[in-house]
Amino acid sequence: MSTIAERMAAAGAGAAIELRGVTRLFGALAALTDITLSVRPGERRAVLGSNGAGKTTLLNCVTGDFPPTSGTVRFFGEDVTILPPHERIRRGLRRTYQISLLFQRLTVRENVYLACRGVSRGRFSFLRTRAGEAIMQSVADLIALVHLENVADRLVGELAHGQQRQLEIALALAGAPRFILFDEPAAGLSPTERGDLVAILTALPSHIGYIIIEHDMDVALRVVESVTMMHNGRIFKEGAPAEIETDPEVQRLYLGGGHG
Amino acid sequence: MALTETSTPSIAAPRGGALSRWVSRHAAILLLGLILVLLPAVANEFLLDQIVGWSLALGMIALSLMFLAGYGGMVSLAQMTIAGVAGYMVAVLGASSLPTISLFWPWWVATPLAIAIAVVFGTLSGALSARTEGIYTIMITLAIAAAFFYLTLQNWPIFNGFNGFTTIPAPHFWGVNWRAPVPLYYLILFFAASSYGAVVYISRAPFGLALQGVRDNPRRMEAIGYNVAAHRVAAHAFAALIAAIGGVLLVWLNNQISPFSISFERVIDVLVIAVVGGLGHPIGAFVGAIIYVILRTFALDALLAVGLDGRRFQTIIGLGFLLIVLFSPDGVIGLWRRWSARLRANGGSRRL
Ligand SMILES: Nc1ncnc2c1ncn2[C@@H]1O[C@H](COP(=O)(O)OP(=O)(O)O)[C@@H](O)[C@H]1O
Ligand SMILES: [Mg+2]
Repeated sequence: MSTIAERMAAAGAGAAIELRGVTRLFGALAALTDITLSVRPGERRAVLGSNGAGKTTLLNCVTGDFPPTSGTVRFFGEDVTILPPHERIRRGLRRTYQISLLFQRLTVRENVYLACRGVSRGRFSFLRTRAGEAIMQSVADLIALVHLENVADRLVGELAHGQQRQLEIALALAGAPRFILFDEPAAGLSPTERGDLVAILTALPSHIGYIIIEHDMDVALRVVESVTMMHNGRIFKEGAPAEIETDPEVQRLYLGGGHG
Repeated sequence: MALTETSTPSIAAPRGGALSRWVSRHAAILLLGLILVLLPAVANEFLLDQIVGWSLALGMIALSLMFLAGYGGMVSLAQMTIAGVAGYMVAVLGASSLPTISLFWPWWVATPLAIAIAVVFGTLSGALSARTEGIYTIMITLAIAAAFFYLTLQNWPIFNGFNGFTTIPAPHFWGVNWRAPVPLYYLILFFAASSYGAVVYISRAPFGLALQGVRDNPRRMEAIGYNVAAHRVAAHAFAALIAAIGGVLLVWLNNQISPFSISFERVIDVLVIAVVGGLGHPIGAFVGAIIYVILRTFALDALLAVGLDGRRFQTIIGLGFLLIVLFSPDGVIGLWRRWSARLRANGGSRRL
């Protein structure tokens, strides 16, 4: 028994994200069944699968939005299975949401500011931030990165859908991320904005790894080095993008299936 | 959002040399402040303490609710109760007409301790409700308010039952008799203005902005690194401080406290004041309070004058509440905002 435990620990030691036997139930429905997954630091991985395959639930288990029903989640070797989400974020994890979760009654700048402040000190500070402070420069840089400068001082509730998706991405890049989870970031973006997204992803420093859930294969396979295929809450195939594209089972279940 | 646009435009504090811009941007509130400071020169004692002073002290308690509800999305019905805890403790620890209960400790021990006890009470009730949302927060805080009301009503050794306490004067220090009408007015004005300024300032500081983030999307706040529950509890503690000071001032003003100062009616009054004034800006709490105080003071006589039953003034307050909530969910200041937005050409964006 101890040798197995040791080998498991050794295998997990080098991973950025390490899931072991993760199962997540919603009532009687198993959204995830016995998922074991390991992603290296700096690795860029796509998770593909039809609607309801469990992709978003997988991310929710990694961030702690919905903890797993059973199994363990490790982040850079540390067992974070029962850690609240904010503790994982402070350790360098980031995520975007498939359906934008933004602060509608605050401005774009305030949204980005909150994201930057959330991963720095002074979250409870009663003192206002001065215009010259470094954090305001980081905020401006992130806004520029997603091309939202000209709406920076508009309320988020007034933004177009595509702009909200851009902001969604900016919030996940605040501070010094070590690993980012993107949940269908290209959904709702125009072709130009998709190009911008690919540019942002490829320009990320190489030590920052990510998992991206993406239906648009043009986006997904251009920005990753490995692919995990999911179906009915299980992983059924892992490999390089080229292998996945030509795999007959993948063709049948996913690529040829006329998915939404 | 006229008021926030003009008075709170930036996360970043204004840089030096911007004093004149600051003054012009805050012209309305500075003018109001000046009028309030000069008021004792022209107003009689009744207007000073029973109208304006009462409005300001009551406004502080409504302000504490505005802070929680407007910025934090947490409708707490325990704010009047927290004020009541502070008021009762001032009577118990300090002086009153009941030597068998009151400890007659010096004011500089009794008052800060009373406020501290109320803040602890408010923080604990905040902790109880921090993991709930919406209607559940309302129910839990209402239960707390009910529990304290019945405690004071039925407990004689500490709270003196339904009689409560009378003759709880403001202290005498720095050579000033603070129970005299004009000093008491300035004492209330000082704390009301300070708490108003503090709330306005903090609303643009990290703590206040994060609270607004918690209001808009608690789940996302967790996902960008905030401990949402801790933030909520801290907001309750800060709001409790304002409510507690307001509660002490109210007791000094009325010179008495009893279970009927913190009954369901009074608890709901605070909610009505905050909502009628408007939860969108701290000034709404004071706008609501002055409307409430004027109605309570004059509606009875006005009704009698036109030949109606004076007791109908509660009906008038109720109808007014209904009209405001129906036609302007963001209260009187919401009406004001829409009216002034119509006067200005462009109302869309907020400069930062
Ligand atoms: N919060 C939830 N409550 C109940 N069922 C859920 C919840 N989230 C997801 N599910 C179910 O779990 C399954 C997987 O969902 P999801 O992870 O969102 O799939 P995907 O992101 O791959 O489309 C679906 O059947 C979905 O209905
Ligand atoms: Mg999904």
